[in-house]
Amino acid sequence: MYDTGKILAGLVAFIVVATFPLWFTNLFGSPSARPVLELPKGEKKCVEDTEYMRHWHMNMLDQWRNEVVREGKRMYVSSDGRKFEMSLNKNCLKCHESRAKFCDRCHNYMAVDPYCWDCHVTPTGE
Amino acid sequence: MDESRRNFLKITGTGVFGALWGIPVLRAVGKAFESSPKALKAKRWAMALDMKRLGRDDVRAAAAKACNSAHNIPDLGIAEEEVKWIWTEEYEAAFPTQVDKFTPEQMRKQPVLVLCNHCDRPPCVRVCPTKATFKREEDGIVMMDMHRCIGCRYCMAACPYGSRSFNWRDPKPFVRQGIRTDYPTRTKGVVEKCTLCAERLARGENPACVDAANKVGGAGTIVFGDIADPNSEISRVLRSRQTVRRKPSLGTSPQVYYLL
Repeated sequence: MYDTGKILAGLVAFIVVATFPLWFTNLFGSPSARPVLELPKGEKKCVEDTEYMRHWHMNMLDQWRNEVVREGKRMYVSSDGRKFEMSLNKNCLKCHESRAKFCDRCHNYMAVDPYCWDCHVTPTGE
Repeated sequence: MDESRRNFLKITGTGVFGALWGIPVLRAVGKAFESSPKALKAKRWAMALDMKRLGRDDVRAAAAKACNSAHNIPDLGIAEEEVKWIWTEEYEAAFPTQVDKFTPEQMRKQPVLVLCNHCDRPPCVRVCPTKATFKREEDGIVMMDMHRCIGCRYCMAACPYGSRSFNWRDPKPFVRQGIRTDYPTRTKGVVEKCTLCAERLARGENPACVDAANKVGGAGTIVFGDIADPNSEISRVLRSRQTVRRKPSLGTSPQVYYLL
């Protein structure tokens, strides 16, 4: 084989450049700032536990809106038997009163743009 | 690969099983949905409007104002883009089939309070491509699901009563009475209309227009109730007095009755 040295050097250089994002962040990068949410002051427990809400709140809200608007059912019975009115404005936002300090922080971090706010106005007018 | 029936079934079966595997994850948390114990219930809601008493401007204005503030109705000040749930029409516009060349001018111009008729056979529901508007089978209310509306406006073409309004722009800056936060506004690009105050019925209250009109015009200005129940007040009123409905010949069977 001709130019073995040059080819190998070229290959190594290529791999180093191509995998730059991987090794650079692992060696020198610092983790990006995770969003810090302002939690409600009075209330300790959401309608379901935190882990579930974090992962599934969007599916839950979708299901709530269908139950309320299409089935006419407005009460949610949580897995531990507590009852809540299924209303973004009158239930969720009563505790999470600031959209900017709660909803937006995660949504911005994840670069998602839900259209809830086109119609539902928070009690603080956001 | 061998395209045998046996192989096809194997692959399809594995695929279906795999897809079903994912579903329980979504439904993991115990979920029950109930209607509120305070909710007003009926087999078939209907309304009877006393035309004579609603001839008074202050009674109609009170009913419209109560509705507008309960539902964040914008006032755009542009006739072509007007959003209206309950409003006033002249008699000849509301009841074109009841007018002939002998009808006196005074009768033609008589103001009539109009709103969505919550038809038994609603044409808006028939044409909606997304089922954003639908008839609640349990009580006959013709509802709007704003989340599903794609703004095609077929329903507006289909409704013979002009009961539906399109949001040509974001209505929020035009809610002049101030946005109340316990009821959503609408967004640009959806159609809206009277929902017979489904949200008030759910917490045990009459529709906003009914309470307001009866307060200003006296009890019985608007009678609201269940016409499936023969002993309800509205059933008795409809049996005992002459009524008209808007454009009955179209076969939509409106459930808003006008007492003469």
